[in-house]
Amino acid sequence: MKSIIAQNLVKTYDKGTVKALDGLSLEVEEGTVLGLLGPNGAGKTTTVRVLATLLTPDSGSATVAGIDVLKHPDEVRKVIGLSGQYAALDETLTGWDNLTMFGRLYHLNSAASKKRAEELLEKFSLTDAAKRPIRTYSGGMRRRLDLAASLIVKPKVLFLDEPTTGLDPRGRMEMWGVIDELVKGGVTLLLTTQYLEEADHLADSIAVIDTGKVIARGTADELKNQVGGERLEITVEVNQIAEATKLVEQVSGATPTVDAGIRKISAPVSNGSASLIQVLRLLDDAKIHPLDIGLKRPSLDDVFISLTGHVAEVVSEVEAGGKNATKRK
Amino acid sequence: MLQSVSDFLVITKRQLLQMIRIPEVLIFATIQPAMFVLLFRYVFGGAIDSGVDGGYVQLLMPGIFVQTVAFTLAATAVGLAADMQKGLIDRFRSLPISRSAVVIGRTVGDTLQNVVTLVVMGLVGFLVGWRPSSGPVKIFLGFLFLLAFGYSMSWIGVLIGLSVREERVAQNLVFMTVFPLTFLSNAFAPTTGMPKILQYFAEWNPVSTMVAACRELFGTENIFGATANSWPSQNPILMSLIYMVLLVAIFAPISVRKYVRVSK
Repeated sequence: MKSIIAQNLVKTYDKGTVKALDGLSLEVEEGTVLGLLGPNGAGKTTTVRVLATLLTPDSGSATVAGIDVLKHPDEVRKVIGLSGQYAALDETLTGWDNLTMFGRLYHLNSAASKKRAEELLEKFSLTDAAKRPIRTYSGGMRRRLDLAASLIVKPKVLFLDEPTTGLDPRGRMEMWGVIDELVKGGVTLLLTTQYLEEADHLADSIAVIDTGKVIARGTADELKNQVGGERLEITVEVNQIAEATKLVEQVSGATPTVDAGIRKISAPVSNGSASLIQVLRLLDDAKIHPLDIGLKRPSLDDVFISLTGHVAEVVSEVEAGGKNATKRK
Repeated sequence: MLQSVSDFLVITKRQLLQMIRIPEVLIFATIQPAMFVLLFRYVFGGAIDSGVDGGYVQLLMPGIFVQTVAFTLAATAVGLAADMQKGLIDRFRSLPISRSAVVIGRTVGDTLQNVVTLVVMGLVGFLVGWRPSSGPVKIFLGFLFLLAFGYSMSWIGVLIGLSVREERVAQNLVFMTVFPLTFLSNAFAPTTGMPKILQYFAEWNPVSTMVAACRELFGTENIFGATANSWPSQNPILMSLIYMVLLVAIFAPISVRKYVRVSK
């Protein structure tokens, strides 16, 4: 069963001159994770806002958990959880205050909302910080609490809008761990991100969007292959460049690119780590010890250049009528 | 229906919790009007010949009370703009709660803060010589009147807060409009000195009718108003009630509508 279906969503701003969504369609199978990947201004947030009933599209239709988003927004709100780009919490209140407040707003009774707040604080390792105001929390803690708040009634469908944007690497890893856990619990998740790595890690399938449309769909591997797969890169001593290049060519089958200035040899490889091991063996046999060796995976930029023919430019934030731009502090 | 009542009570409770969690906010919110009482009492009080029993402070207190509750508009606007800016309104809108709960909760919460502010100001006023002479029932009615006026002003604040979406803009906008309104009135000085056209404006000004009504309810003759002898200055209590009903009748539906469509 499809948990999320969006068909031909169109949303324009400024009397039609700015198209945030330009006929966007997508589907998410129940219990799976779809990563919505795209640069700023591609329409990711607008898509989430439409599906989460915050925004009415100019045209198009959508259902979430089988409920029509435009006709029965109140019913949709009962089964979704939303955690946005910015931790939407009351900063002056404590973590505990926030969770019990949202629990009450989800119509749990007083006792149930307290119990649920306790569970969630425990689950997200925030019990120690429960009685501290949110403004004393780190970025990662805020995001975790924000996520906790969206899980109060165990939503059928969860929307996470750039859950790790702005977090430091540690915060990002923690957040990934938390989301992994959720996904194991069987929730249907629509996640937006600017990072291919993140979509790769968390999503079952990925939809790449640009200028308000889905321009490619597939698993992370499929997309990467479309971009051209991985490249092997090694750095060796100057006097070994010629010999190493031959060995790399032997494994890759293609003529390697050599940058003599930084002594780097690179070539496309089809079966990633196996090729890496093979090259290492050959180098070892030839008594060449590379200074650096690795597989370079395609970046979001690579995907974008390949799919759209242009660099992932940072479009002025048109999403939500330019609202995000002012929200950033 | 019961559900919507509980929804807005949760939002109101949130604001009361804020007062407990950051008491500084409430302390400053009360120090400012208390300071106004002292400044006006001792700076203007000496210069203005009030001509009423008990001196200028009897006329001043209703003026400052009304000015303070008029600024509820600011508290509401700034609070909502901040919630917009932080994305909290979006979160509320994604919850299965009644469409009016957030804005009603906010206006009621701001009115409850006024209760604290008015009590403190009343005490400070009493310390510097304010002696309402109309008896407990009328004094109580006077305060109730002030709270009701603050509540109806709060609805204008809802619309402003949701429209400007930014805390600082809300603050500037509100101060630029409410300050002149409170001074173009009979709150602090007689309107006699104003040009005739301003006198009419001042007498139709809801702040003036409120101040005149409160002076009546607190038992002080309103010698600062009614120089142009307009109908509102003759019937301040009735006129103030009409203003309050109008404010809520106009701004409450517009504001709720604005909330529902705030990101369209």
